[in-house]
Amino acid sequence: METSVILTKLFDAFFLNCEIFFKTLLFALPLGLIISFGSMSNFKPLKALVRTFVWIIRGTPLMLQVIVIFYGPGLLGIDFAFPRMTAAIIAFIINYACYFSEIYRGGIEVIPRGQYEAGQVLGMKKGQIFFKVTLIQVIKRIVPPMGNEIITLIKDTALANIIANKEIIMMSKEFATKGLIWPLFSTAIFFLLFCGILTLLFGYIERKLNYFRA
Amino acid sequence: MPVLEVRNIEKSFDNTEVLKGINFSLEKGEVLAIIGSSGSGKTTLLRCLNFLERPDCGQILVNDNIIFDAQDKRTQHESEVRKKRLHFGLVFQSFNLFPQYTAKKNVMLAKELLAKEREDYKTNRRQIKKEIEKEAEELLKSVGLQDKMDLYPHQLSGGQQQRVAIARALALNPDILCFDEPTSALDPELTGEVLNVIRLLAKANTTMVIVTHEMQFARDVATKVIFMDEGVVCEEGAPCDVFGNPKKERTKHFLEHYSGN
Repeated sequence: METSVILTKLFDAFFLNCEIFFKTLLFALPLGLIISFGSMSNFKPLKALVRTFVWIIRGTPLMLQVIVIFYGPGLLGIDFAFPRMTAAIIAFIINYACYFSEIYRGGIEVIPRGQYEAGQVLGMKKGQIFFKVTLIQVIKRIVPPMGNEIITLIKDTALANIIANKEIIMMSKEFATKGLIWPLFSTAIFFLLFCGILTLLFGYIERKLNYFRA
Repeated sequence: MPVLEVRNIEKSFDNTEVLKGINFSLEKGEVLAIIGSSGSGKTTLLRCLNFLERPDCGQILVNDNIIFDAQDKRTQHESEVRKKRLHFGLVFQSFNLFPQYTAKKNVMLAKELLAKEREDYKTNRRQIKKEIEKEAEELLKSVGLQDKMDLYPHQLSGGQQQRVAIARALALNPDILCFDEPTSALDPELTGEVLNVIRLLAKANTTMVIVTHEMQFARDVATKVIFMDEGVVCEEGAPCDVFGNPKKERTKHFLEHYSGN
């Protein structure tokens, strides 16, 4: 088989990794915020429930979660199954939302109480204090751990192949079984390039927020 | 007519009584210094005035209007409280400037946000913003920071940050300006510049309540001194009386501790 054909196939497969990556981010970023509010709630039962959920999700392998989402309904005798890709993305969204929620929580909880109080004393409304005072400080604090987590996400997308989503690793393994080993190793380049771009992007954001110290 | 009257304020945290019935009043233009050892309730009292803590009992009156009554829930409504807070300004021990804004923006921010509630804001937006900016510049000039306006808090010394914080509190024209140990977080060589600003404010007849450990300063600048001990007003009076001729044993003991240094 020609090299260009193989590369095209790898590119197409990597498109699947990218799809999981972007869809996960799109939903997990806001969902994580909602979960973090739950885990900081003053209503004890809600807080306990959310924290238990986060513990379970963070405490079990993502690969297992993908399997549970895909096969779970059938095993429970329900005549329903998500399409393979949807199942993978749902598992990714839940998993990453939990990780993000902990990053948000960390970022929000370290803002000194004095910042809220200064806003209150100056007659600001709750929303004004959040948007005008604390939000950018929270963002500044969470950018580095977020960058880390998001870089992990692109590599984790390979786990979707456990339920036969033909992403780049699975595709290249098919070549390997036919005796062609280089495509498998070449996949590293795809991930490296992607991570390189993310690293630059997060470096840029960090520099942009460097004008103040919090 | 007193500008501020505090009636029988009580406050407990988890069964610990921090304030056990505080009464005092303040005339316009007076400077009240509150002294006392740590844990005597000074800071809690100041936080009650600024609605950062809710007293369990008692009333607070500003210009003869009851702005807080522990018995009357209607005075404690969130939206009401927000407006009533504006009677008071508060300068914190730890400055609490907003790190993402320049000195000038720190002074302007709250006023800009309040201006949005004005009816003529939409039509006169430009003009209003310009006025607020000009006022902020004037205020920063008055605290001696005309050449630091565009710097961020982390680029300023502690003393400069605290002066920005004073300008920020003044921007909203509070009836009563409160200070919570304004120099306690500063290096000794930086306290002077902050105290001088407060002295100037006193000369300009700004009504102030100052919680402080700077006895000499309190004696110089205050028109009235309260010595607090274990949640009660132990002694109160003119500075020359409280410092020069304290009546209570507890006050004497406390002040000896300071003159000893």
